[in-house]
Amino acid sequence: MRRSFSLRMTAFLGFVFLYAPILSLIIFSFNASKLVTVWGGFSTKWYAALLQDQQILDAAWVSLKVALMSATIATVIGTLASYALARFGRFPARMMLSGAVTAPLVMPEVIIGLSLLLLFVALESLVGWPAGRGVDTIVIAHATFGAAYATVVLGSRMGSLDRSIEEAAQDLGARPIRVFFDVTLPALAPALISAWLLVFTISLDDLVVASFVTGPGASTLPMVIFSKVRLGVSPEVNALATLIIVSISAVILVAAWQMQKSEAQSH
Amino acid sequence: MGRRGKRRGDGMTPRALLEWVGAKGRAFVVAAPLAWLTLFFLLPFVVLAKISLSESAIARPPYLPIWEWAEGVLNVSLNFGNYLFLAEDPLYLMAYLGSLKIAAAATVITLLIGYPMAYVIARAPQHRRNILLMLVVLPFWTSFLLRVYAWIGILKGNGVINNVLMSMGVIDEPLVLLQTDFAVYLGIVYSYLPFMILPLYATLVKLDEALLEASADLGARPFVTFLNVTLPLSVPGIIAGSLLVFIPAVGEFVIPALLGGPDTLMIGSVLWNEFFSNRDWPVASAVAIVMLVVLVMPIAILQRTQSGKEEAN
Repeated sequence: MRRSFSLRMTAFLGFVFLYAPILSLIIFSFNASKLVTVWGGFSTKWYAALLQDQQILDAAWVSLKVALMSATIATVIGTLASYALARFGRFPARMMLSGAVTAPLVMPEVIIGLSLLLLFVALESLVGWPAGRGVDTIVIAHATFGAAYATVVLGSRMGSLDRSIEEAAQDLGARPIRVFFDVTLPALAPALISAWLLVFTISLDDLVVASFVTGPGASTLPMVIFSKVRLGVSPEVNALATLIIVSISAVILVAAWQMQKSEAQSH
Repeated sequence: MGRRGKRRGDGMTPRALLEWVGAKGRAFVVAAPLAWLTLFFLLPFVVLAKISLSESAIARPPYLPIWEWAEGVLNVSLNFGNYLFLAEDPLYLMAYLGSLKIAAAATVITLLIGYPMAYVIARAPQHRRNILLMLVVLPFWTSFLLRVYAWIGILKGNGVINNVLMSMGVIDEPLVLLQTDFAVYLGIVYSYLPFMILPLYATLVKLDEALLEASADLGARPFVTFLNVTLPLSVPGIIAGSLLVFIPAVGEFVIPALLGGPDTLMIGSVLWNEFFSNRDWPVASAVAIVMLVVLVMPIAILQRTQSGKEEAN
């Protein structure tokens, strides 16, 4: 019993460790003092300052566009890749496909960023595409490593799917493509949403890869945040961080709650 | 999604297209993602290797071509100077070793914190398990950059920790916590903890309780049972979790840049500076290639454990 208590205590402290920095970030975003960590009374002025900061607003728009497009492309690629890996058994290039979808998950970002930039530069001088770098090249980069995350999320769901319904549809004469769109895809819907949201948030967060593959004129939100915080803490960044963290958490919690509800209903 | 819309449409052409896709379906399903990943993930490494063998130049792009076709003669000039340069300047060796050391130590600390957490979650009652898992995953979804930034406010000279300790009278002068190796360890452990907990949880939750009961019935004390039953059975989770932390931590840039000091030597920052400050693309590429060579083994082991899991399913 004692042992179990100390174990639980360790776990509890672990959760404190995970959440204390986030909480302090949020608390100090309401600090009137410019010193960020010295409390000078409650204020929302940094949120007001945020809305005046054209650089941050522009970057937020760029990041949002990039995240929407790359999440969509990555989910499509991830759906195809995970379907092939889960349903086709052994096929030529299987090793290559499964390697290419899992390696980006752990590959250091500096390597992904640098190598993709060199590819874009080489392609431009060879075939003239992509002409210059900016939003398009960031989208391609994010969609590429995002596809790896999407494949993992979709693959685990695909593996646990009840295949007898697919087989039933097939036995009743539905073509494979019809089975896929009418049976497999609807059953995958929760995983598709998770995969899309995951890539969306990862894209919104990426500093390193975007810094390498972007060109003049396209600064993403993390790039602007990084240049600001390199000079030290900034109350404005705290306010921005609070908005981002609270809105992402809200979306994730609602999505998780909805999925649990629909899962409970289907059982 | 778009394809679904076409299917509903009554036009003959989309239907014909769909029939065609259906006929070629299997090949298409494999070829489309494979083509994308070959072009944008595998091919870049070829280009990276090529540029690492070229010579730096003041030009756009800032390197010389490694082959030239002139009057029927193909001139290939492979420049190994970048690699020799890496070998000669001790800065690079120190940075590689520093990264490996920091990543390895941070991985061990993450394991020591993550294991008890994963264990408690896996043993919790079903309804609470989902909530605890959500609590682990949620920080992973929210911004990595911002969570690293949060530590600056906590660790700096007049930050949260120093303010609390000074007001309690524990210390008279602020501790130097930020811009130290300690802060880098903290940042890595903090950022990568969910990557450790999730695979550990996945193996621990599948553990057959009957084995633990059998061990207890045979008189083993809980700790002995843990050492002889639980720990060996959770080895796959330990390996997967450790590699998921170690590999990206070796090339980490953001954490040493924001939390580390001038003495923190990590190869990710070296590569970044070669590229952005020195604009030496060939040396940056050589740094990346050597990093890849170092990481190829751990990545291969991780792939193996993952594909083994796939087959087990």
